Amino acid sequence: MRVSAIIRRILQQMRRDRRTMALIFIAPLFVLSLMYFIFNGEDINPKLGVVNVDKEIVTALKDADITVTKLTKADNNAIIEKNLDGMLVQKDDKFTLTLTNTDPNLSKGLEIRVKENISLEMIGELIDTLSRGRVDFEDKELDMDVKYIYGDEDTTSFDTFSPALIGFFVFFFVFLISGIGLLRERMTGTMEKLMSTPVNRWEVVAGYLIGYGIIAMVQTTVTVLFAIKVLDIVLVGSIWNVLIICTMSAIVALSLGILLSAFATSEFQMIQFIPIVIIPQAFFCGLFPLEGMANWLQAIAKIMPMYYSADALKAIMYKGVGLGDVKKDMLVLAGFAVVFIVLNVAALKRYRKL
Amino acid sequence: MEQAIKIQNVIKKYGKKTVLNNVSMDIPKGCIYGIIGPSGAGKTTLVKLMVGAEKADGGCAEVLGRKMPNLKALQNIGYMSQSDALYADLTGGENLAFFALLFKMARSRQKERIAYCAGVVDLHNEMKKRVSAYSGGMKRRLALAAALIQDPEILILDEPTVGIDPELRAGIWRELKRLKDEEGKTIIITTHVMDEAEKCDYLAMIREGVLIESGSPDELVKQYGVDRLEDVFLKAGRDRK
Repeated sequence: MRVSAIIRRILQQMRRDRRTMALIFIAPLFVLSLMYFIFNGEDINPKLGVVNVDKEIVTALKDADITVTKLTKADNNAIIEKNLDGMLVQKDDKFTLTLTNTDPNLSKGLEIRVKENISLEMIGELIDTLSRGRVDFEDKELDMDVKYIYGDEDTTSFDTFSPALIGFFVFFFVFLISGIGLLRERMTGTMEKLMSTPVNRWEVVAGYLIGYGIIAMVQTTVTVLFAIKVLDIVLVGSIWNVLIICTMSAIVALSLGILLSAFATSEFQMIQFIPIVIIPQAFFCGLFPLEGMANWLQAIAKIMPMYYSADALKAIMYKGVGLGDVKKDMLVLAGFAVVFIVLNVAALKRYRKL
Repeated sequence: MEQAIKIQNVIKKYGKKTVLNNVSMDIPKGCIYGIIGPSGAGKTTLVKLMVGAEKADGGCAEVLGRKMPNLKALQNIGYMSQSDALYADLTGGENLAFFALLFKMARSRQKERIAYCAGVVDLHNEMKKRVSAYSGGMKRRLALAAALIQDPEILILDEPTVGIDPELRAGIWRELKRLKDEEGKTIIITTHVMDEAEKCDYLAMIREGVLIESGSPDELVKQYGVDRLEDVFLKAGRDRK
């Protein structure tokens, strides 16, 4: 009865606080849509200036979606003036590629494409010379089928990291709302008042977990449905499994937010936990590939709850596995939740030693 | 006379600082017991020991024969802290209903108690208004109503009249007297205002964590041979030094 009183009160408060409601329900949709449009942008063709380059190679470069501009002399200023991404100069058989390198990714891509096309041309020439008057080399097209284990040729990088993103938003917003909610309770003295009634400490923690848990579940459902139905993010597995994992990470975020609010004395101090607790988790939740990281960094990833929820969400949404295959992730998440909840009950001793 | 609260040789330290040093007091049932002293004297700490929010480093606090902290004893303590401790997003009535539920009050009794408590503090017409729209004085009154909600035997009020205008203050004191006389409640009140101290049946004077004097206001004035209670306090403080 006391637990349900606390739950009802939290929901009542939340319903009255329009702005917070908007933050919980609209902000994740807004950011998710924004990321969707940013990562699904069209590829732009790199612009390359060429000086004295063989006609065949120029044609090949044009076919490889490079915008080619002919320059009269090799001049670095021309690259900058004409806003090019690079310049290719040929002197007999020697090539020099100068890259603007304002965007390293674009530079790398351009370099690979240029190298590829020059080598192809050179091989072609070699074959021509070799075959002259001798065996008939047939012009053979490369015959290779590409198959995919997960996704298909239309898979974008957004598809692979959007599951982690969904998990991240659930975690972040629930952490913030519950942490600040409880902090406010500590600051206004209502927590002290609450603990001066015969309520048990576990009843307070349970009331908070369930009250904010309900809000978190609604938020999760809205976010997931929006991502799948409106943004059309790939979902191979079951939506129910997605909701289960999201709810589990919400409970971890909830109990962590409530716990950390005990170490903050103002809303501002609660915000200060974001760079310490939330941002590092974003690095390890699969937005950046973990495999390339140093071993000690990978070890850090393993102590972050987000790592497990992102891993499970990606497996379900992108690879389409069932809950059985993400058992380990679920166990770790449950472990985090239990530890934080126990610590929460203990932390309330500050208000009453019983 | 029966004891409502018994404090025995209580010592409380925060880090190296001793906030309460060997304080003992017996609070009989059915009286208004004032704890007076300057800010930082340890009044709030003492009150928190009574409601079990703090644990003594030495000695003990008993409420209605139960050693604090004790959940059963809390059922009979109405506590009003210095902060209003209200939920601003909820209406006055919802606030009272929430606290009533924490005391496991049946629904029919709940309604009755909310109506009664709202009437006591003259807020029965404001119950449907959100607390965020209340004035400072209204919040203070609602906090008092919240402390009364479960009809506790003991009321512990930490500076209940701070920031309240004189007329309302007089009203609250009238009500406290009535609660004592008609309902036999024990009321513990902290204050640093001397004219409020005079209205108490018993007084305990605290300074720098030490109980320097206690007794009824009349006794104290006589004992020190002065005209006003204020002089007792000043003299008692000087004597210690």
